[in-house]
Amino acid sequence: MADVLTTPAPAAVAVAGRSDRWRRMWRRFYRKPMSLTGLILVVLFLLLALLGPALFGDPTAVHFDDVLGAPSGAHLLGTDDLGRDQLARIASGARVSLEAGVLSTALAMVVGIPIGLVAGFYRRYLDSVVMRAVDVVLSFPFLVFAVGLAAILGPSLRNVVFALGVSQIPAIVRITRGEVLSVREQDFVAGAIADGANDATILFRYVLPNAANALIVQATVAIPAAIIGEATLSFLGLGVQPPTPSWGVMLTTAQQFLSQAPWLAVWPGVMIAVTTLGFNLLGDGLRDVIDPRSAR
Amino acid sequence: MGWYLLRRLGAAVIVVLIASVVVFLGVRALPGDPAVVLAGENPTPQVIASIREQYGLDKPLPVQYFDYLKHLVTGDLGQSTQDKLPVSQILANRIPVTLELAVLAMLVAIVVGVLFGTIAAARRGKFSDYTATGFGLLGLSVPHFWLGLLAILLFAVKLRWLPASGYVPFSENPAQNLERMILPAVVLGTGFAAVLMRQTRSAMLGALSADYVRTARSKGLSGPRVVGVHALRNSLTTVVTVLGLQLGGLISGAVVTEQIFVIPGFGKLTVDAVLTRNYPVIEAVVLVTVVGYIVVNLLVDVAYAALNPRIRLAGATNG
Repeated sequence: MADVLTTPAPAAVAVAGRSDRWRRMWRRFYRKPMSLTGLILVVLFLLLALLGPALFGDPTAVHFDDVLGAPSGAHLLGTDDLGRDQLARIASGARVSLEAGVLSTALAMVVGIPIGLVAGFYRRYLDSVVMRAVDVVLSFPFLVFAVGLAAILGPSLRNVVFALGVSQIPAIVRITRGEVLSVREQDFVAGAIADGANDATILFRYVLPNAANALIVQATVAIPAAIIGEATLSFLGLGVQPPTPSWGVMLTTAQQFLSQAPWLAVWPGVMIAVTTLGFNLLGDGLRDVIDPRSAR
Repeated sequence: MGWYLLRRLGAAVIVVLIASVVVFLGVRALPGDPAVVLAGENPTPQVIASIREQYGLDKPLPVQYFDYLKHLVTGDLGQSTQDKLPVSQILANRIPVTLELAVLAMLVAIVVGVLFGTIAAARRGKFSDYTATGFGLLGLSVPHFWLGLLAILLFAVKLRWLPASGYVPFSENPAQNLERMILPAVVLGTGFAAVLMRQTRSAMLGALSADYVRTARSKGLSGPRVVGVHALRNSLTTVVTVLGLQLGGLISGAVVTEQIFVIPGFGKLTVDAVLTRNYPVIEAVVLVTVVGYIVVNLLVDVAYAALNPRIRLAGATNG
């Protein structure tokens, strides 16, 4: 009995070691005010996107007796040309942004990670073919690709997510491949191979977890890029279609009434900028924690 | 150098050909009869018949593709479905407008980005460094089109210093042209200034701690001279790199900026073509973008190879 108490099971050791590492990383993270600010901004954005639509009412309710209203007690951020409450539309727009950011990044990861793993692990011809293809896609201006897609498939949130996701794939492939190349030469991989583990086991149990850090940091770059991308396409009329509220669509309306209702142009833009800034700061903070060498 | 050039040129031609296949198939993959699609809105049967004739749509696909290539090479890009003008003529009118915008934006970006990046590095950890770095981060986070709206709101609606939108050709009236281009150029340039500032700052920090700079300092050269001449010169390669990498962003940014300021350039043409389903123009616009992009990338690579022999040697040994 005493034995059991003094020598913890291997699994328990592993868990303790892991939580210890998390605690150390967290301590290094929250000491930086910038990183913490980023985290708070991102959490606020998530809360707004998840709870906002329920809290702030119907974003498509039209009130013709109160159009282009200035901010007031009844409508904190004013109303647009159809008398719709801007606060409700901002909240629903946050959900659209979240969907665009998360779904497109998820799409890029689901497609990009396996390609990067295989290209980096098997190298040779496969690798060079994949990397040339990546170069071609990477060198193509994203907006023109998205525009072409909107021309063929028609403008919609789903097509925006698709275009954004595809344009993020090359970056994911590159990062995954780079991590694989450095991990596959390590002793524990050689050990696993000697142990008779098959390729799939090696890739998913040993190689992928080591690439996870870099991929998490990349997500903090990809998500805000996708949020700006969605807003831009929707602003141009090539993305989310009215009456669905998107921050980009709201700014299109704002541009039409710039001199009569300048307040319409303020909040959607502030939201895009603050959300993007939050992800950027969070990403910088995570990078410092995960890879201390990059800290300046 | 000759071999290197030839290889890069060969690769560029292959990419252009692939792009032409994708564009060609893209329009033909549309649901429905491509002749109807290419004819635009409310076509008469005669128009559809003439398009079918002109594009040879009853022939097999490979034959159609080679005909399409033949037209491309002779500069025949078809006819716009909106105003019935030749697409090549429309492009010739629109592209110079966008080039002017892009060049002005680049100038803004280089002046602001390099200047503030240098100041931030030279005064590392001081107030001016934090201010410049903070604005750099802000510049990265603010979307172009919102900045454009705010600029119109401030300078055109409130202060009435500049016109909100519109375009006057430079050849017609240079002063009015610049008056209308300055806001768009600043708006488009800001995002790139932010990227350049961050890169210049980190490159300068690296250069400032290098041995040759320490030598220059110990020789008794003044601070500004060391920073401005010795360190900055070596940071300029970074600037070239960043400008090359940002080219795609510049094209995307021009599309948005032209839309906001109602500038009749290549970007506005692109968006209008999609919104009106003007497929001959869409085809041409996508192809021109790809070709322009590849040509500029090629020029950047060649400039590199000319500047740095190690690059072409490395290229030669790797394949």
